[in-house]
Amino acid sequence: MRIHLLFFASAYDLAGVREATAELAAGARTGAVRTHLKSLDPRFADWGDRMRFAVNREYVLEDQVLHDGDEVAVIPPVSGG
Amino acid sequence: MVHITDKKILIDDLLAEVGTAASGALNIFVGTTRNRSGERSVLWLEYEAYVPMALKKMEEIEVEARSRWPVQNITVVHRVGKVDIGEASVVIAVSSAHRDESFKACRFIIDQLKENVPIWKKEHYADGSSEWSMHQHEQPVQA
Repeated sequence: MRIHLLFFASAYDLAGVREATAELAAGARTGAVRTHLKSLDPRFADWGDRMRFAVNREYVLEDQVLHDGDEVAVIPPVSGG
Repeated sequence: MVHITDKKILIDDLLAEVGTAASGALNIFVGTTRNRSGERSVLWLEYEAYVPMALKKMEEIEVEARSRWPVQNITVVHRVGKVDIGEASVVIAVSSAHRDESFKACRFIIDQLKENVPIWKKEHYADGSSEWSMHQHEQPVQA
Protein backbone atom coordinates (compact mmCIF):
# COMPACT_ATOMS: atom_id res chain seq x y z
CA MET A 1 0.00 0.00 0.00
CA ARG A 2 1.04 3.56 -0.53
CA ILE A 3 0.92 6.34 2.05
CA HIS A 4 1.41 10.05 1.57
CA LEU A 5 4.01 11.57 3.92
CA LEU A 6 4.15 15.24 4.95
CA PHE A 7 7.20 16.87 6.55
CA PHE A 8 7.21 20.09 8.55
CA ALA A 9 9.80 22.28 10.26
CA SER A 10 12.82 20.25 11.41
CA ALA A 11 11.37 17.12 9.76
CA TYR A 12 11.45 19.00 6.45
CA ASP A 13 15.08 19.93 7.11
CA LEU A 14 15.94 16.24 7.51
CA ALA A 15 13.79 14.91 4.68
CA GLY A 16 14.67 17.69 2.23
CA VAL A 17 11.15 17.53 0.78
CA ARG A 18 7.73 18.69 1.92
CA GLU A 19 5.91 15.60 0.67
CA ALA A 20 6.77 12.05 -0.32
CA THR A 21 5.09 8.74 -0.86
CA ALA A 22 6.15 5.52 0.82
CA GLU A 23 5.35 1.95 -0.07
CA LEU A 24 4.58 -0.13 3.01
CA ALA A 25 3.42 -3.70 3.44
CA ALA A 26 -0.35 -4.14 3.73
CA GLY A 27 -1.40 -3.82 7.37
CA ALA A 28 1.70 -1.79 8.29
CA ARG A 29 1.55 0.34 11.42
CA THR A 30 3.02 3.73 12.28
CA GLY A 31 6.08 1.92 13.63
CA ALA A 32 6.90 1.02 10.02
CA VAL A 33 6.89 4.73 9.17
CA ARG A 34 9.40 5.35 11.94
CA THR A 35 11.64 2.65 10.46
CA HIS A 36 11.20 4.12 6.97
CA LEU A 37 12.21 7.59 8.23
CA LYS A 38 15.35 6.24 9.88
CA SER A 39 16.33 4.77 6.51
CA LEU A 40 15.89 8.23 4.94
CA ASP A 41 18.00 9.89 7.63
CA PRO A 42 19.21 8.25 10.86
CA ARG A 43 18.75 11.55 12.69
CA PHE A 44 14.99 10.92 12.65
CA ALA A 45 15.71 8.38 15.42
CA ASP A 46 17.14 11.11 17.68
CA TRP A 47 13.69 12.47 18.54
CA GLY A 48 12.40 9.13 19.81
CA ASP A 49 8.88 9.40 21.17
CA ARG A 50 8.91 13.18 20.86
CA MET A 51 8.26 12.72 17.16
CA ARG A 52 4.54 12.21 16.77
CA PHE A 53 2.51 11.15 13.77
CA ALA A 54 -0.79 12.48 12.57
CA VAL A 55 -2.83 10.25 10.30
CA ASN A 56 -5.41 12.10 8.24
CA ARG A 57 -4.92 15.16 10.49
CA GLU A 58 -5.36 13.44 13.83
CA TYR A 59 -2.64 12.44 16.29
CA VAL A 60 -2.27 8.70 16.57
CA LEU A 61 -0.67 6.46 19.11
CA GLU A 62 2.22 4.24 18.12
CA ASP A 63 1.17 1.09 16.28
CA GLN A 64 -1.92 2.49 14.69
CA VAL A 65 -2.77 0.42 11.61
CA LEU A 66 -2.37 2.40 8.39
CA HIS A 67 -4.42 2.18 5.24
CA ASP A 68 -3.71 2.75 1.58
CA GLY A 69 -3.90 6.45 0.76
CA ASP A 70 -3.47 7.67 4.33
CA GLU A 71 -1.95 11.11 4.82
CA VAL A 72 0.76 10.66 7.45
CA ALA A 73 2.33 13.84 8.80
CA VAL A 74 5.61 13.71 10.68
CA ILE A 75 5.14 16.05 13.64
CA PRO A 76 8.33 17.21 15.37
CA PRO A 77 7.92 18.68 18.87
CA VAL A 78 5.52 21.60 18.40
CA SER A 79 6.50 25.11 19.47
CA GLY A 80 3.67 27.45 18.59
CA GLY A 81 2.57 30.32 20.76
CA MET B 1 -13.36 31.47 15.61
CA VAL B 2 -9.84 30.38 14.76
CA HIS B 3 -7.49 31.82 12.17
CA ILE B 4 -3.97 31.42 10.86
CA THR B 5 -2.55 34.47 9.13
CA ASP B 6 0.68 35.71 7.61
CA LYS B 7 -0.37 39.31 8.34
CA LYS B 8 0.23 41.38 11.44
CA ILE B 9 -2.50 40.69 14.03
CA LEU B 10 -4.64 43.76 14.67
CA ILE B 11 -5.54 43.47 18.32
CA ASP B 12 -8.04 46.34 18.41
CA ASP B 13 -10.03 44.72 15.60
CA LEU B 14 -10.09 41.43 17.51
CA LEU B 15 -11.34 43.09 20.67
CA ALA B 16 -14.16 44.73 18.74
CA GLU B 17 -15.05 41.35 17.20
CA VAL B 18 -15.09 39.42 20.48
CA GLY B 19 -16.85 41.79 22.85
CA THR B 20 -20.64 41.77 23.04
CA ALA B 21 -23.18 43.98 24.79
CA ALA B 22 -23.78 41.10 27.19
CA SER B 23 -20.08 40.79 28.09
CA GLY B 24 -18.86 41.78 31.51
CA ALA B 25 -15.31 40.63 30.80
CA LEU B 26 -12.98 40.44 27.87
CA ASN B 27 -9.79 38.52 28.46
CA ILE B 28 -6.97 38.71 25.98
CA PHE B 29 -3.68 36.83 25.86
CA VAL B 30 -1.02 38.15 23.51
CA GLY B 31 2.02 35.98 22.92
CA THR B 32 4.87 38.16 21.66
CA THR B 33 8.22 37.34 20.13
CA ARG B 34 11.20 37.74 22.45
CA ASN B 35 14.68 38.96 21.53
CA ARG B 36 16.48 36.29 23.55
CA SER B 37 16.45 32.50 23.66
CA GLY B 38 18.54 31.35 26.60
CA GLU B 39 21.86 33.14 26.08
CA ARG B 40 21.33 33.77 22.39
CA SER B 41 20.24 37.00 20.79
CA VAL B 42 17.26 36.50 18.47
CA LEU B 43 16.70 38.85 15.52
CA TRP B 44 13.40 37.51 14.24
CA LEU B 45 11.20 34.44 14.25
CA GLU B 46 9.54 32.33 11.66
CA TYR B 47 6.45 30.20 12.21
CA GLU B 48 5.31 27.26 10.13
CA ALA B 49 2.00 25.44 10.47
CA TYR B 50 0.41 22.27 9.18
CA VAL B 51 -2.49 24.56 8.38
CA PRO B 52 -5.50 22.24 7.95
CA MET B 53 -4.62 20.21 11.03
CA ALA B 54 -3.65 23.27 13.07
CA LEU B 55 -7.05 24.87 12.35
CA LYS B 56 -8.79 21.60 13.24
CA LYS B 57 -6.93 21.32 16.56
CA MET B 58 -7.60 25.00 17.34
CA GLU B 59 -11.31 24.45 16.68
CA GLU B 60 -11.30 21.40 18.96
CA ILE B 61 -9.65 23.44 21.72
CA GLU B 62 -12.30 26.14 21.31
CA VAL B 63 -15.07 23.53 21.56
CA GLU B 64 -13.47 22.02 24.66
CA ALA B 65 -13.12 25.45 26.31
CA ARG B 66 -16.79 26.18 25.60
CA SER B 67 -17.80 22.87 27.16
CA ARG B 68 -15.90 23.75 30.35
CA TRP B 69 -16.82 27.41 30.85
CA PRO B 70 -19.86 29.51 29.88
CA VAL B 71 -18.03 31.95 27.63
CA GLN B 72 -19.46 34.10 24.84
CA ASN B 73 -17.05 34.66 21.97
CA ILE B 74 -13.64 33.12 21.44
CA THR B 75 -11.14 34.19 18.81
CA VAL B 76 -7.75 32.54 18.39
CA VAL B 77 -5.28 33.87 15.81
CA HIS B 78 -1.79 32.53 15.14
CA ARG B 79 0.80 34.05 12.82
CA VAL B 80 2.86 32.14 10.30
CA GLY B 81 5.84 33.32 8.29
CA LYS B 82 8.32 35.91 9.50
CA VAL B 83 7.44 37.67 12.76
CA ASP B 84 9.58 40.54 13.98
CA ILE B 85 10.64 40.92 17.61
CA GLY B 86 7.94 42.42 19.82
CA GLU B 87 5.07 41.51 17.50
CA ALA B 88 2.17 39.28 18.44
CA SER B 89 2.66 35.69 17.29
CA VAL B 90 -0.58 34.50 18.87
CA VAL B 91 -3.64 36.26 20.27
CA ILE B 92 -6.48 34.66 22.20
CA ALA B 93 -9.52 36.76 23.08
CA VAL B 94 -12.41 35.47 25.16
CA SER B 95 -15.54 37.29 26.28
CA SER B 96 -17.88 36.21 29.06
CA ALA B 97 -20.51 37.60 31.37
CA HIS B 98 -18.15 37.39 34.37
CA ARG B 99 -14.36 37.53 34.53
CA ASP B 100 -13.54 34.17 36.04
CA GLU B 101 -14.57 32.06 33.06
CA SER B 102 -12.81 34.20 30.47
CA PHE B 103 -9.55 34.11 32.50
CA LYS B 104 -9.73 30.34 32.83
CA ALA B 105 -10.73 29.70 29.21
CA CYS B 106 -7.97 31.97 27.91
CA ARG B 107 -5.32 30.17 29.98
CA PHE B 108 -6.63 26.77 28.95
CA ILE B 109 -6.57 27.68 25.26
CA ILE B 110 -2.98 28.93 25.20
CA ASP B 111 -1.75 25.93 27.22
CA GLN B 112 -3.49 23.48 24.91
CA LEU B 113 -2.32 25.33 21.83
CA LYS B 114 1.31 25.14 22.89
CA GLU B 115 1.08 21.40 23.52
CA ASN B 116 -0.98 20.13 20.65
CA VAL B 117 -1.37 22.48 17.71
CA PRO B 118 1.05 21.62 14.89
CA ILE B 119 2.84 24.95 14.62
CA TRP B 120 6.59 25.37 14.81
CA LYS B 121 8.85 28.31 15.64
CA LYS B 122 12.26 28.90 14.13
CA GLU B 123 14.60 31.32 15.84
CA HIS B 124 16.97 33.37 13.70
CA TYR B 125 20.01 34.46 15.69
CA ALA B 126 22.30 37.47 15.53
CA ASP B 127 25.22 35.24 14.46
CA GLY B 128 23.36 34.32 11.26
CA SER B 129 22.37 30.81 12.32
CA SER B 130 18.82 29.57 12.90
CA GLU B 131 17.18 26.71 14.76
CA TRP B 132 13.74 25.18 15.21
CA SER B 133 12.63 25.56 18.80
CA MET B 134 12.54 22.15 20.49
CA HIS B 135 10.89 22.57 23.84
CA GLN B 136 9.97 19.46 25.75
CA HIS B 137 6.28 18.63 25.58
CA GLU B 138 3.94 16.22 27.28
CA GLN B 139 2.29 13.40 25.41
CA PRO B 140 -0.71 14.52 23.35
CA VAL B 141 -3.92 15.15 25.22
CA GLN B 142 -6.85 13.64 23.36
CA ALA B 143 -9.01 16.75 23.30
